[in-house]
Amino acid sequence: MKKYLLWISVFVAIVAALIAAVFMHRHSIAVLNPHGSIGHKERNLMLFASMLGLFVVIPVFIMTFTIVWRYREGNKTAKYRPDFEADNRFEALWWGFPCLIILILSVVTWNSSHELDPYRPLVSKNPPITIQAVALQWKWLFIYPEQHIATVNYLKIPVDTPVNFQITADAPMNSLWIPRLGGQVYAMAGMKTQLHLIADQMGNFEGVSANLSGRGFADMHFITQSVTNADFNNWVKLAKGSPNHLTTTAYNQLSKPGTMHPATYAASQAGLYDTIMMKYMGPNNTAMQNMSMNTSTL
Amino acid sequence: MSLLGKLSLQAIPHDPITLGGAVSMVVGVIGIMAALTYFKKWKWLWREWLTSVDPKKIGVMYIAVATVMLLRGIGDALLMRGQQAVSVGASHGYLNSDHFQQIFSAHGTIMIFFVAMGFMFGLINLIVPLQIGNRDVAFPFLNAASFWLFASGMVLINLSLMVGEFSAAGWLAYPPLSELKYSPGVGVDYWIWALQIGGVGSLLSGVNFLVTILKMRAPGMTLMKMPVFLWSVLGAMVLVIFAFPILTATLALLFLDRSLGMHFFTSDFGGNPMMYVNLIWAWGHPEVYILILPAFGIFSEVVPTFSRKRLFGYTSMVWAIWAIVFLSFIVWLHHFFTMGAGADVNAFFGIMTMIISIPTGVKVFNWLFTMYRGRISFTTPMLWFLGFVCTFTIGGMAGVLMALPPADFQLHNSLFLVAHFHTMIVGGVLFGYFAGVSYWFPKVFGFKLNEPLGKIAFWFWTIGFAVAFIPLYILGLMGATRRLDHYDASMGWQWLFIIAAVGVALVFVGISFQILQLIVSIVQRKHNLDTTGDAWGGRTLEWATTSPPPLYNFAVIPEVHERDAFWEMKHSKTAAKKPIYEDIEMPKNTPLAMYIAACAFIFGFATIWHILWLAVLGLLGVITCIIIRVSDDNTEYVITAAELQKMDEAAKA
Repeated sequence: MKKYLLWISVFVAIVAALIAAVFMHRHSIAVLNPHGSIGHKERNLMLFASMLGLFVVIPVFIMTFTIVWRYREGNKTAKYRPDFEADNRFEALWWGFPCLIILILSVVTWNSSHELDPYRPLVSKNPPITIQAVALQWKWLFIYPEQHIATVNYLKIPVDTPVNFQITADAPMNSLWIPRLGGQVYAMAGMKTQLHLIADQMGNFEGVSANLSGRGFADMHFITQSVTNADFNNWVKLAKGSPNHLTTTAYNQLSKPGTMHPATYAASQAGLYDTIMMKYMGPNNTAMQNMSMNTSTL
Repeated sequence: MSLLGKLSLQAIPHDPITLGGAVSMVVGVIGIMAALTYFKKWKWLWREWLTSVDPKKIGVMYIAVATVMLLRGIGDALLMRGQQAVSVGASHGYLNSDHFQQIFSAHGTIMIFFVAMGFMFGLINLIVPLQIGNRDVAFPFLNAASFWLFASGMVLINLSLMVGEFSAAGWLAYPPLSELKYSPGVGVDYWIWALQIGGVGSLLSGVNFLVTILKMRAPGMTLMKMPVFLWSVLGAMVLVIFAFPILTATLALLFLDRSLGMHFFTSDFGGNPMMYVNLIWAWGHPEVYILILPAFGIFSEVVPTFSRKRLFGYTSMVWAIWAIVFLSFIVWLHHFFTMGAGADVNAFFGIMTMIISIPTGVKVFNWLFTMYRGRISFTTPMLWFLGFVCTFTIGGMAGVLMALPPADFQLHNSLFLVAHFHTMIVGGVLFGYFAGVSYWFPKVFGFKLNEPLGKIAFWFWTIGFAVAFIPLYILGLMGATRRLDHYDASMGWQWLFIIAAVGVALVFVGISFQILQLIVSIVQRKHNLDTTGDAWGGRTLEWATTSPPPLYNFAVIPEVHERDAFWEMKHSKTAAKKPIYEDIEMPKNTPLAMYIAACAFIFGFATIWHILWLAVLGLLGVITCIIIRVSDDNTEYVITAAELQKMDEAAKA
């Protein structure tokens, strides 16, 4: 057994060092330090499920090491019962106990899936803003239909205000993910998916595309700036004065494959988002435009 | 259209890294051919291996291919993590994004289809006929054809390195990215045809081993007296038969989209990429269990043997396997909770996914209680088992976490996910197969593998694995997505990527030790000979014959009375009966299985490059070979009772 001690201690030392390093960097772990209420709830859910999981994992680890140590070949004092092959009490325990844990988790799953459904509008004292996110090759276009502006690879949102994302793509499938605010949803051409997020704090949050979409995919990241309402309104005013207009020609240029630095547009093309979705519809398929995949509006 | 379709000199790689890989592969093949010529081994190779329909030979060839592919796969992994360790900020590393994407697509495809599947079918071929106490599989020729189709797929995927390019659309090639519009090159076609040809081989194997286990067991071996390895293979084969046709159909539809301008999965003209994602995972999730079930079966053999004790909870184990088989078909949607299916659907699939952890957990507890009150010897297979328990329970916990749809929204497509499935497939599947290889090696070759080197390999694997994947769990939680060929310095990820790269290097050292172990064991085989046929004090029928087994496995088919049939034989008071020999029929060697696969290869290659005449020729070749085979009534030969007695007595002497 001694010869294993070296290996096991190397193993334990490495794992311990990694855990210590993580502890020192814990604030940079986005998913565990969210700045939005959706992200918070999702994190708490993860912590709760991990705790429940540990109820099985820890006994397994303890049992493994004690059994292996006690019944090692060299230990002649341990009992040896070569025909001991069944005991219904034990088996009932490990069919039953995990069942119980999964039962609890199932209830949590059902409730949380509904509560944190990305299609579910958020309740807040502040009225929501709508942002139409379009995944392009390889950049994000954000259209603010109510403010009549648009940005590329840059997102500004007012703090404490629900953000209703309407997501589509004029590109291969992508996924809109802002880890500090909450979970992701796919962006697919010819379809509208939805995501509802809110920022509880001001700050700059990294956003990405989480789904492989071609060569420039690694450059599809953007900063989400959460600012006060007043700052947001000022910024909108400023953006409206931008010399860049998102005309059809400008959009066609934008949608060509390539990566890009952040940009701001005074959007002038009305209904651009719908036009983008319509590109993928056959002539008789207009009904599909309103197709929402969400079946859980019951 | 030109005579060579899309093929031209342009297809030869130009960038130094790809060219280097291609050249080293060509040099390797030429080197092997030169060695065969020098040692005058061509005839031996042809007679003993290439034309063989003996599952013991075919199993060894499967594992040989899988081992070579493991080297390719780990090479890809080293390139990827090396790139990510340096490509930070302004530096874009040594791989351009297209090349990087081809590498991770190839890594995933090769590791699943040609490493994991190769090890699995290899071990099944080696052990199933022996463990059921029979001489062969149900359809020996079909079995050889399965192997050669698998090998053709393997050659095709590696050829993409030398001629043309490989897919850059990820290992499952989601459309619309994998459609012609976004992937106009031949890469995705290589992916389609390598999997299509290999996949047909897998499906045929599935049918073959299902029939073998159900119809060819030794007299007295009722279903509930089968070793659990056979149960797990039976479950896996049922999954193969249900799942692989879905893969074949899905790949065929994608091929029609790409080659004939159809619109099954395109974004426009009414196509639906979401349908592809559903279909590919309706195959893909059972595939995970196809791989893991035989690994569970191996542990169910290894643990009792090295604990000198019966398997605990046999009936539970069997029911757990079938619960997993059933459930594995109703969880596929958990691979895309983020597609917007709605809360009811997501919750249903989340709960189903969690339920799978119950039978899996039961198996772990039963193994632990198999060791309880046993006499555990710490051989290499047993170490792999203990490594498996530790990694697999952690990976399982991460899995249950991701089965919660709202948690999955935050973890999906991140490196956390990548770390999770590597924990399951390396720590579960691969560790299981390594345990199987070192456990059954003496049975197949007649000598044991070197134990100290095997243990060093194990520790490098396990420690390397932890060093490579713990950082990925953390990176995922930091918001790092998978498949990034470069990232900003401000993300603060680099130190973790560097640690992960070191981990992959440690795993590579582990693999090197495994190869060293093989070489040393062959050189020193005289010291590790297994003369008894029962190298470890085994319990099941494969240990009842000599090591290596004669070509007919058992001179006289054994009779089974109890669950651990061989253990009972060894310990029964009644004296062994005098064997009564009978004439036996064995299948003749034939190169036709290889020819079928070669023609299928030509068909695949020609279709990829749009060389119509050659594709037609390849297809005709396949059909011709099959007709020749089915018209041949003279495919078996007889070993007479007298010859058999002579051989058997010589072997036992």
